[in-house]
Amino acid sequence: MLRFALGRLAVLIPTFIGVSIIAFAFIRILPGDPVMLMSGERVMAPERYEQITRQLGYDRPLPVQYFDYLTDILSGDFGNSIVTRRPVLDDFLTLFPATLELSFCAMFLAIIIGVPAGIFAAIRRGSFYDQTIMGTALVGYSMPIFWWGLLLIILFSGTLGWTPVSGRISLLYYFPPVTGFMLIDSLLSGQAGAFKSAVSHLILPSIVLGTIPLAVIARQTRSAMLEVLSEDYVRTARAKGLSPFRVVGIHALRNALIPVITTIGLQVGVLLAGAILTETIFSWPGIGKWMVDSVFKRDYPVIQSGLLIIAGVIMLVNLAVDLLYGLINPRIRH
Amino acid sequence: MNKKLTLAAALLAATVLSSAASAKTFVYCSEGSPEGFDPALYTAGTTFDAAAHTVYNRLLEFKPGTTETQPGIAESWEISDDGLEYTFKIRPGVKFQTTDFFTPSRDVNADDVIFSFERQLKADNPWHQYVAGAAWEYFNGMGFPDLIASIEKVDDMTVRFKLKQKEAPFLANVAMPFASIVSKEYADKLAADGKMEMLNQQPLGTGPFEFVAYQTDAVIRYRAHEDYWGGKQKIDDLVFAITTDAAVRYQKLKAGECHLMPFPNAADVAEMKNDPNLKVEEQEGLNVAYLAYNTTQAPFDNVNVRKALNMAINKQAIVDAVFQGAATPAKNPIPPTMWSYNDAIEDDAYDLDAAKKMLEEAGVKDLSMKIWAMPVARPYMLNARRAAELIQADFAKIGVTVEIVTYEWAEYLDRSKAKDRDGAVMLGWTGDNGDPDNFLHTLLGCDAVGGNNRAQWCNEEFNDLVVKAKATTDPAERTKLYEEAQVVFKREAPWATIDHSLSVVPMRKEVQGFHQSPLGDFAFEGVDLVE
Repeated sequence: MLRFALGRLAVLIPTFIGVSIIAFAFIRILPGDPVMLMSGERVMAPERYEQITRQLGYDRPLPVQYFDYLTDILSGDFGNSIVTRRPVLDDFLTLFPATLELSFCAMFLAIIIGVPAGIFAAIRRGSFYDQTIMGTALVGYSMPIFWWGLLLIILFSGTLGWTPVSGRISLLYYFPPVTGFMLIDSLLSGQAGAFKSAVSHLILPSIVLGTIPLAVIARQTRSAMLEVLSEDYVRTARAKGLSPFRVVGIHALRNALIPVITTIGLQVGVLLAGAILTETIFSWPGIGKWMVDSVFKRDYPVIQSGLLIIAGVIMLVNLAVDLLYGLINPRIRH
Repeated sequence: MNKKLTLAAALLAATVLSSAASAKTFVYCSEGSPEGFDPALYTAGTTFDAAAHTVYNRLLEFKPGTTETQPGIAESWEISDDGLEYTFKIRPGVKFQTTDFFTPSRDVNADDVIFSFERQLKADNPWHQYVAGAAWEYFNGMGFPDLIASIEKVDDMTVRFKLKQKEAPFLANVAMPFASIVSKEYADKLAADGKMEMLNQQPLGTGPFEFVAYQTDAVIRYRAHEDYWGGKQKIDDLVFAITTDAAVRYQKLKAGECHLMPFPNAADVAEMKNDPNLKVEEQEGLNVAYLAYNTTQAPFDNVNVRKALNMAINKQAIVDAVFQGAATPAKNPIPPTMWSYNDAIEDDAYDLDAAKKMLEEAGVKDLSMKIWAMPVARPYMLNARRAAELIQADFAKIGVTVEIVTYEWAEYLDRSKAKDRDGAVMLGWTGDNGDPDNFLHTLLGCDAVGGNNRAQWCNEEFNDLVVKAKATTDPAERTKLYEEAQVVFKREAPWATIDHSLSVVPMRKEVQGFHQSPLGDFAFEGVDLVE
């Protein structure tokens, strides 16, 4: 198992370097110059333009800039934003818990609804339930996130007043962040009603962000389950007279889960992409919104380091999923 | 024991909540995150709202709701006869805020004023590069390095600025956010602690609100400044809830999660006006959108060609289609809210036949041209592409073929400056300090050719007027000069002036005492909530 894990880990190194080159190069291929953007309609004198470009080091040849960037990163320095002038890593660490909390809740929602729905659809294959569940999943999968989010806000927050419109917690509550996770911090704060407020703020964004993964998981569970249910050993189990619950819930599910876990692992990328829109709609202070803002401002250090960190996180999650297979299915690790 | 603890916790929670409920908290759904909290480092209005208009004061302040200046930290000032020396008398007893992170030991004095400017002016000042790449963009943009000869301390409460040339807009300039007065004592303490960058993260000034905390991209919290020289504010707490999407801001306003919001979607305004819980205030913004011809290139070097094209643009149609009425067609290069606006000028009538005839007389046939449309929405032009298409259709009616071009925003700004640029550029301007010089000289003066002067238009008569006005300190005299300059502008038509957009501010009914600023600021001094 250890060798398997180390082998997987070794593959990450060239991938990481590849990502760093792409992140570095792509933002520079995009037209638009961060120094020029600083002054907007106001024209900057050419001498000042050169001076600032030099201060920021953007006058040096690209390979030199890249090499310095890589050296800095290896020593743990991800650079400073040229807009806020704050260290990129600090901003990332401040904002990432918000994204993580939202993604976790969205995924939780997607799994606890998606997996049972998929199983149910598989057992009742071709029935009215199956078609309804799969039809709904298709709609969910095709839903434009921005539109879906606004629709829910207008209905549940605007018209019915059941949930708050946006943000992470009611403005009445204020406590300094301890973990960065609002659910935990609100409990730690000991302020009455804070936890409830945090939960109510999480509901709509979790639904919006979880919709696509939910649909994918439900469909994947259904097809994996159908495949397993037609296996010989399931027929044998049934023939032995085991209860339907034991056949499906124990024998079939364990094998059906492998492709589902792959899917869940792959959805992490989808979640982070979806977070960009979801966070923008719900004014959720996470890394999705942060990255988008930095692209508009051509904030090179934030974009290149932010992309790199996010890619790193996705790679680690994929690694964890790989290792998890090993646990569920011992054949894979040999 | 356990019971006691629970009781104590419950009591504590109850006091926290009740104090939160009884305190008057004003929530502003701001449109974006501030870049930082040192207003001199940045140029974005969002940052000025969060830092300059809350925490800080300036020597002079803009009178709420106007572009006129009034005494601020300076209670009075004198201008020498030659117009080169400005001597400011500092108001006694102006207190800095006492916060969790700093306790001031003295009131504002000359050292603070000198420090606030010299850190931007002098490259050898230890604070000149206190954050990497500090560019002091506005200070430089307003030409201060070439303007200020020296800043002297006359006595503890008197500061003298010596200028290199006459500059009538100087008083308006020192009322701008970049000229905010920071505490030298606080800065010294930060420097001694090796935490200089905190000046940009935990601001401390003399303004109506003191900084409490900023949760990145989410919430900024302020408290009323107890010892504010202008009197303690009626609201106890001010909160900026950062909400980037305009539709979501509206929902928050409707749900009572905030009291006031900037920049609504044009399409939502009608519904807002019908909501019994809301009121909507409208004001002409301090801006202009224009189409600048390249007046150095044929046939646009011919004033009659430019005039003919101007007559073919249906501005009202643009205002209706792009702004759904939340703008007014522009006839002058400066907006009507600005002093010296010449209302006697008649706009060119929208007259396709006359335009066609004028073109024929100028000997122009089968003209094809490029129109540049900005790739981004700006306050003065929400959808440049749509406006360009309308102009394209208008011009087609007089036989002029238009190709619409665009570039990425920074590229657009850069390329449009070129003297040999091909085509007419759509662009605009939002005023910085309410001074006509900031439009007429900055955008149309001869020394801005190849830069802000996108029409590449250098007209001696016009330029003499605005240069003379810049050096004249008598307001009545200046007004006359600017009014004349606008007549020349209209006659020569280097631009087609398109619109001045309205700034629309929706708020809850209970909001009292909010003054919309023609400068586009959102400042909450004097605001109250009355049920």
